[in-house]
Amino acid sequence: MSASAVFILDVKGKPLISRNYKGDVAMSKIEHFMPLLVQREEEGALAPLLSHGQVHFLWIKHSNLYLVATTSKNANASLVYSFLYKTIEVFCEYFKELEEESIRDNFVIVYELLDELMDFGFPQTTDSKILQEYITQQSNKLETGKSRVPPTVTNAVSWRSEGIKYKKDEVFIDVIESVNLLVNANGSVLLSEIVGTIKLKVFLSGMPELRLGLNDRVLFELTGRSKNKSVELEDVKFHQCVRLSRFDNDRTISFIPPDGDFELMSYRLSTQVKPLIWIESVIEKFSHSRVEIMVKAKGQFKKQSVANGVEISVPVPSDADSPRFKTSVGSAKYVPERNVVIWSIKSFPGGKEYLMRAHFGLPSVEKEEVEGRPPIGVKFEIPYFTVSGIQVRYMKIIEKSGYQALPWVRYITQSGDYQLRTS
Amino acid sequence: MTDSKYFTTTKKGEIFELKAELNSDKKEKKKEAVKKVIASMTVGKDVSALFPDVVNCMQTDNLELKKLVYLYLMNYAKSQPDMAIMAVNTFVKDCEDPNPLIRALAVRTMGCIRVDKITEYLCEPLRKCLKDEDPYVRKTAAVCVAKLHDINAQLVEDQGFLDTLKDLISDSNPMVVANAVAALSEIAESHPSSNLLDLNPQSINKLLTALNECTEWGQIFILDCLANYMPKDDREAQSICERVTPRLSHANSAVVLSAVKVLMKFMEMLSKDLDYYGTLLKKLAPPLVTLLSAEPELQYVALRNINLIVQKRPEILKHEMKVFFVKYNDPIYVKLEKLDIMIRLASQANIAQVLAELKEYATEVDVDFVRKAVRAIGRCAIKVEQSAERCVSTLLDLIQTKVNYVVQEAIVVIKDIFRKYPNKYESVIATLCENLDSLDEPEARAAMIWIVGEYAERIDNADELLESFLEGFHDESTQVQLQLLTAIVKLFLKKPTETQELVQQVLSLATQDSDNPDLRDRGYIYWRLLSTDPVAAKEVVLAEKPLISEETDLIEPTLLDELICYIGTLASVYHKPPSAFVEGGRGVVHKSLPPRTASSESAESPETAPTGAPPGEQPDVIPAQGDLLGDLLNLDLGPPVSGPPLATSSVQMGAVDLLGGGLDSLIGGTNFVAPPTAAVPANLGAPIGSGLSDLFDLTSGVGTLSGSYVAPKAVGSISMDLQLTNKALQVMTDFAIQFNRNSFGLAPAAPLQVHAPLSPNQTVEISLPLSTVGSVMKMEPLNNLQVAVKNNIDVFYFSTLYPLHILFVEDGKMDRQMFLATWKDIPNENEAQFQIRDCPLNAEAASSKLQSSNIFTVAKRNVEGQDMLYQSLKLTNGIWVLAELRIQPGNPSCTLSLKCRAPEVSQHVYQAYETILKN
Repeated sequence: MSASAVFILDVKGKPLISRNYKGDVAMSKIEHFMPLLVQREEEGALAPLLSHGQVHFLWIKHSNLYLVATTSKNANASLVYSFLYKTIEVFCEYFKELEEESIRDNFVIVYELLDELMDFGFPQTTDSKILQEYITQQSNKLETGKSRVPPTVTNAVSWRSEGIKYKKDEVFIDVIESVNLLVNANGSVLLSEIVGTIKLKVFLSGMPELRLGLNDRVLFELTGRSKNKSVELEDVKFHQCVRLSRFDNDRTISFIPPDGDFELMSYRLSTQVKPLIWIESVIEKFSHSRVEIMVKAKGQFKKQSVANGVEISVPVPSDADSPRFKTSVGSAKYVPERNVVIWSIKSFPGGKEYLMRAHFGLPSVEKEEVEGRPPIGVKFEIPYFTVSGIQVRYMKIIEKSGYQALPWVRYITQSGDYQLRTS
Repeated sequence: MTDSKYFTTTKKGEIFELKAELNSDKKEKKKEAVKKVIASMTVGKDVSALFPDVVNCMQTDNLELKKLVYLYLMNYAKSQPDMAIMAVNTFVKDCEDPNPLIRALAVRTMGCIRVDKITEYLCEPLRKCLKDEDPYVRKTAAVCVAKLHDINAQLVEDQGFLDTLKDLISDSNPMVVANAVAALSEIAESHPSSNLLDLNPQSINKLLTALNECTEWGQIFILDCLANYMPKDDREAQSICERVTPRLSHANSAVVLSAVKVLMKFMEMLSKDLDYYGTLLKKLAPPLVTLLSAEPELQYVALRNINLIVQKRPEILKHEMKVFFVKYNDPIYVKLEKLDIMIRLASQANIAQVLAELKEYATEVDVDFVRKAVRAIGRCAIKVEQSAERCVSTLLDLIQTKVNYVVQEAIVVIKDIFRKYPNKYESVIATLCENLDSLDEPEARAAMIWIVGEYAERIDNADELLESFLEGFHDESTQVQLQLLTAIVKLFLKKPTETQELVQQVLSLATQDSDNPDLRDRGYIYWRLLSTDPVAAKEVVLAEKPLISEETDLIEPTLLDELICYIGTLASVYHKPPSAFVEGGRGVVHKSLPPRTASSESAESPETAPTGAPPGEQPDVIPAQGDLLGDLLNLDLGPPVSGPPLATSSVQMGAVDLLGGGLDSLIGGTNFVAPPTAAVPANLGAPIGSGLSDLFDLTSGVGTLSGSYVAPKAVGSISMDLQLTNKALQVMTDFAIQFNRNSFGLAPAAPLQVHAPLSPNQTVEISLPLSTVGSVMKMEPLNNLQVAVKNNIDVFYFSTLYPLHILFVEDGKMDRQMFLATWKDIPNENEAQFQIRDCPLNAEAASSKLQSSNIFTVAKRNVEGQDMLYQSLKLTNGIWVLAELRIQPGNPSCTLSLKCRAPEVSQHVYQAYETILKN
């Protein structure tokens, strides 16, 4: 059904640590993994799923490590990949960074975690906050013999422990919208979507019941408030804690939150919006002599709003040299290791238009391999604003002790995968 | 201080030192020593020699130390089974520890020690743990049952653990339920017959309730288990779907995909007219699109599955083309999958946008991706007829880029476009010819040669072009050689006067200087053809080619249905059924979609009961029909054709006398025996005897052997009856038979058994069982079979036509709904109409007659006094043929309309109908 064994390999394919869960695939089979990976890479047929005879390797890469699951059955592939990513998440929470060093430094706890994360190929408890309650780095604490399974592990509410106490009960809500954009070289928008996430920072005592109200169009239509301004959420994904059937039934977002930071939900809208920052570019390449770049950036959002930390990266040929820039605002910098010019503008008010010119020399001898045409990328952040117009209407917090808690809301719009192709 | 220090002991006598430390009195030192041992184990050193010393540390109240010792045990117990027994006591004791964490740890670890002797001791602790008051222990014990079952299935059954496990499905704790479901599914998967998960509406209800409460992983176990359930009717299917749809909003992609699997499967049972059906379709699209923002590996799994979903239910994502546009930083495997889905979704409405994208991709730098993009343009042209012109012009633009691999790919796909739209775009040939020199890949060369041969009459210098290829004939790959041979023969047939020399040259290159049997055979066939009857040669070589269609790259429907049942798993990623990559028969159950429930709107119910008694008549052997063979080579049973003086006759023919009297020798008839259905034995044979004529009797003019196919016998599968007569003067021994590759992969299922030597004038009859697992190559005509029989004297080549109905399989009855949908779905140009004359049967009789040959009546209607029979049949290679047979009482001829995705079979199906009905 799932993984037979899980391996963590170094960049050369040498196993650092492994756990055999089922014993139906010989552990030595992992030796075939790296040669296979290299071979496939050379053939240009690399895929996340490789097979050697009867053994299938499902792998992901994280910094300089490979996480590999083996199986010889018709395993649930999506479960395995999700599990591997979850494993990385847990390790990162434990060791800050997951790399060769941190595995070695913590091999005892890695073994303990691997034992708890999965049993016989079935993923078990993968919530790092809960795991930290009974698998701790200060192992001496356990010696008292007091360590118990937190009841949370097997509870229906497996993400929040009981008996949490705060002096001041507060919830911070961040509504973050990322704009993904793909624009053709001739300037027509191919794809424009908004991926929003609502993140919570919860400092609440006890077992609070929360209810979040949004200006969700479907909800407004259900309740006959269709005249109010609302947003049509195309696809919504929720954290484990949200009662999905309730949402499906009457669009109520109700949940008992985990403690601390977590992502409550994400949503997607494919409504066409005017690209927030529009780029027009002319990249002229004069073979053997120079490249001239002209980029015009226009803020197409409300005048009252300001985009912060705008970074526009423009591709240049890898053999370009002696850069010269002229910008109407901000500063431009050549980053040769990425073959781009980055034009940074600290604050970019709506409705404004700026210009940057760059000039590069080209060697007289042209190099042989053809280069791709990477797109222009844009990064930005616009606070106090959501493109979709989504609003948190209320956050009701009910706890049996009856305390009053304060919700704080913050809105921000930022660039997601924002690409404009060049010709 | 970090753990890495434990890795750094490199002194000599390390084991000895560790041994001393392990036996130390100081707890701390002991623990340090165990950590060092585990560190050594981790880096792959063999520390099994320390087994007794480590096991001695097991009894400790230090949880961390205990875990390490357990870990050590799991690793080495198998290599030290006798000593592993030492640990049993501690395990048993730990299973009763007051701390549930330790109880669970003990039962979990014991299950992982795959030593037979230990498992016996495991039973009692396991039984207790399954009933433990702490859910953490119960959920661990549930998994342990699956572990134990894997080691000793019999023991688990004898001890009644399976029943306890089933009880846990009703446990109050959701995590216990989830693990019990997972364990049961795992056991059921390896023992398909066990009927462990006999799901019923009550247990389904429990699972659906647990679904709302358990962890994301538990939800996946439950959803995957639900997917195996077969709802009793469409109402139940709908109510399960309603309770599963909320899972589509889960943040975990794996939960979403498992939910999609359940929905796609149960949707099969819902009537398309239902409002709910439409709602469900709408609900499926957004989560599938959102999967594309997951991590690249999960995107890949999602895309492979979307590829299946798009083929099964194109309507779900038909408006979502844009999300599959490729991004610059997508990994290559994501790019290629997106491209594939783009083509599947391409339609007249969005083709302009798709083409603009493809053109963009075709100018990128990644060679594999560019190639695939160019191919995609070709596939679009074939799929969306209205776009063909635009595609061709896009391809021409790309050829102008002169980028070598782009040009080559473009030529390969243009060849296909020519096949699909004959006589439409030949104006571009000139442009193609300009690029002849730059082609260095076999596929591109072969494609170009095909184009030159096919349009030889329009290319002034076709002979020069082909001749230029001929110079390095032996350095070319087989693909190119074969193509060149055919192209030159085509050229010769079109312009015989100027190209005589060329054709002689290529024939001798192919037949005399080549070691490749395929090439030699083809060369000989052409040679013989050209020299005996150029008119027939023209008919054969320049015959009209069947059109190609987009369907060729679709997954075959039954496989597709099976793969839908495996959404999210490796099978769905490989696009192969699990049986193709999972070892052994174990764990491989064929899954299939639930049958559509008959909806109420059906006025006339389809013919249900299979028609009873088989017609009493015994099959008659129809005398060999020479004219059937005639369209192949015109080499029929008659005396040798004394053709006019032949163009090639001046060629030096070496020792081989192609014109020799080989033709007068052999006369024979063939019968094919179709697999009788279980109900109706042996009335199928309907032998269209076609003479097996020796094509190349290379020995002399003396007849030696005659192959004939005689009366069918009742066997469970297809077989061929041969009658071998020795007409030579010498005893024949060492018979062997081989088939050339053919359209349906017919191949001998057993060697040719001629037990005793065959003396002169003796005749032997042999029934040769056939299978359909041989290599496939499309033959002209489709039902042509080339056979070689070898014996101590020589090899004899035959060619025969077999009746298609030997290939009709027993499960060829299509469901009504499916029939209707498929009939609508197949484009009208694929429909073929035939008249069957002199067939005074009524509908009943015809239906029963046809049924006995595996042609099934799906429905019957009476329209204006005419009986309309709707019938389906399936060929061994999975091709479905749908038929409408119109019978008018009193009128001896009836009309047959056939619809099939592979229209080239229609003609042969018609012949099969005629044979069966008139038999």
